[in-house]
Amino acid sequence: MSETATLAPRFAPGARVSVRRADPPGHLRTPWYIRGHVGVIERLCGAFANPEELAYNRPGVPKQPLYRVRFRQREVWPDYRGSAEDKIEVEIYQHWLEPA
Amino acid sequence: MTTHSHPHPHETLPEHDERLGYYQTMEIAVRELLIAKAVFTADDMRRAVEAMDARTPAQGARVVARAWCDPAFKARLIEDGTAAVGELGIDMGETRLLVVENRPGVHNLIVCTLCSCYPRMLLGLPPDWYKSRAYRSRAVREPRAVLAEFGTVLPEDVAVRVHDSTADMRYLVLPAQPPGTAGWSEERLAALVGRDAMIGVTRPVL
Repeated sequence: MSETATLAPRFAPGARVSVRRADPPGHLRTPWYIRGHVGVIERLCGAFANPEELAYNRPGVPKQPLYRVRFRQREVWPDYRGSAEDKIEVEIYQHWLEPA
Repeated sequence: MTTHSHPHPHETLPEHDERLGYYQTMEIAVRELLIAKAVFTADDMRRAVEAMDARTPAQGARVVARAWCDPAFKARLIEDGTAAVGELGIDMGETRLLVVENRPGVHNLIVCTLCSCYPRMLLGLPPDWYKSRAYRSRAVREPRAVLAEFGTVLPEDVAVRVHDSTADMRYLVLPAQPPGTAGWSEERLAALVGRDAMIGVTRPVL
């Protein structure tokens, strides 16, 4: 596959998405604490080689769209102490996201 | 030569403070192999380390001060941080820069919960606390408590926005310009901007 092969973005800014609750083996860049939570696409950052493949010296193509997803802290941590407006933003690759 | 009579063997490795860990041993083995196979030379390695050590938060402070003085630059910096710092001769390499602005009512804080992703081109090497498990876990879990420990106590009506730098973007906080500094030169302003303010654990003050 060509080095420039890129998957089309599935989500637009503002879309509600949930992070897959999965635990596959290998090198993952989706933090554990955010899996299973619902957030909103803040922006599309571009397309990047899949780090789960790069970690094993594979080319990581097609490139994965990478998003910044914004979550409400009170939804991520049920006992969160702080404003209801406090948010956390995490970079997540498209294959970890599903429409919510 | 000194001699002494007790029979036990001494552990004498004067060049090492402690035993090498797994990853230190691995790093040395891989480095020596790459040099032996002429992938790069020992001098290339030394120069790369020297270049890394030469980067300091002064680079980031220059970017912040320019943004404070030049609204058009600030707009470009927020629109496309990578390109805007390129105007100042700063090359982000493989990574892309995302600048997040502190505004009235919003305070930004940067962390990398997975490892220690950090805008080294702008801030140099990260401080040890940034890489600690305590900071990495608590910055997302209880950011207001962490901020307070750095002396940054935020009122409830200022929202905290934590950015977990988990992938290919690198983050720089653009702090608010301290009151009483209008009309200052870029150089004078840059001196107010410390590393911690650009990570977001503090705010620049006069």
